[in-house]
Amino acid sequence: MVPLSWYIILSAVMFSIGVFGFLARRNLIIVFMSVELMLNSVNISLVAFSHYLQSMRGQILVFFVITVAAAEAAIGLAILIAFYRNNPTIKVDEINLLKG
Amino acid sequence: MTAPQVFFSYFAAMITGLSLLVVTRKNPVHSVLWMLLLFVHIAGLYLFLNAEFLAAIQIIIYAGAILVLFLFVIMLLNLRKEETEKRFQRQWPLGLGIGVVLMMFLVPVLGNISVVPPLGPYSVDAIKSEGHIMTVGKVLYTEFLLPFEIASVILLVAIVGAVVLAKRRLE
Repeated sequence: MVPLSWYIILSAVMFSIGVFGFLARRNLIIVFMSVELMLNSVNISLVAFSHYLQSMRGQILVFFVITVAAAEAAIGLAILIAFYRNNPTIKVDEINLLKG
Repeated sequence: MTAPQVFFSYFAAMITGLSLLVVTRKNPVHSVLWMLLLFVHIAGLYLFLNAEFLAAIQIIIYAGAILVLFLFVIMLLNLRKEETEKRFQRQWPLGLGIGVVLMMFLVPVLGNISVVPPLGPYSVDAIKSEGHIMTVGKVLYTEFLLPFEIASVILLVAIVGAVVLAKRRLE
């Protein structure tokens, strides 16, 4: 039997890697992928809790998280394409039009 | 170590290593392909936790739809000069520090977590007796009917929003 804490530690490690990628990478597409990584790590912990508590709610919540992740990816990449058309760069440190 | 623990260790090691590969590769296409392998391993972990339906939609939606969308955008944007430029921002040590500190906080705090009874009615045997998809469906269409409908509205917003945002303005 695998203890529940192993899953949660795996989820925490994966979330931290996602945070690092989100803060450090320059490529906006990989920044989005880091967000997906963080969402997936939370999904792992939700499914693990659902299994160990013998409840269905965690898995239902994962279903909704996947829905929102799909919507987020579609909207985010559409914004990316709209931005790239006006300003051909996807480096987060070169996207500074709002800077005073 | 028992056999389940060996299986879990394999999946955990692969997931951690593949996550690191995803956030450190220079070429975004390589990142997407490593992420594909990562999602397959996460689906394996879901199977291991008796969540077959979620393993299936992890493959179908994440690997089949979302990653293809990412790959599509990378191909569309034609990022040739990407491979010669540096991959991290100037303040990347700060990002690394925040990630490490977060991990150092989360792992000891969550490391000895355990569940306390009462447990719910959906034990492994109860799920096995009528199938996982049926169990999920029954809960989803009774107790969570309103959130389910709201999820469909969110998807509609995403469809309309993506078209409106990415469309070229016509005169």
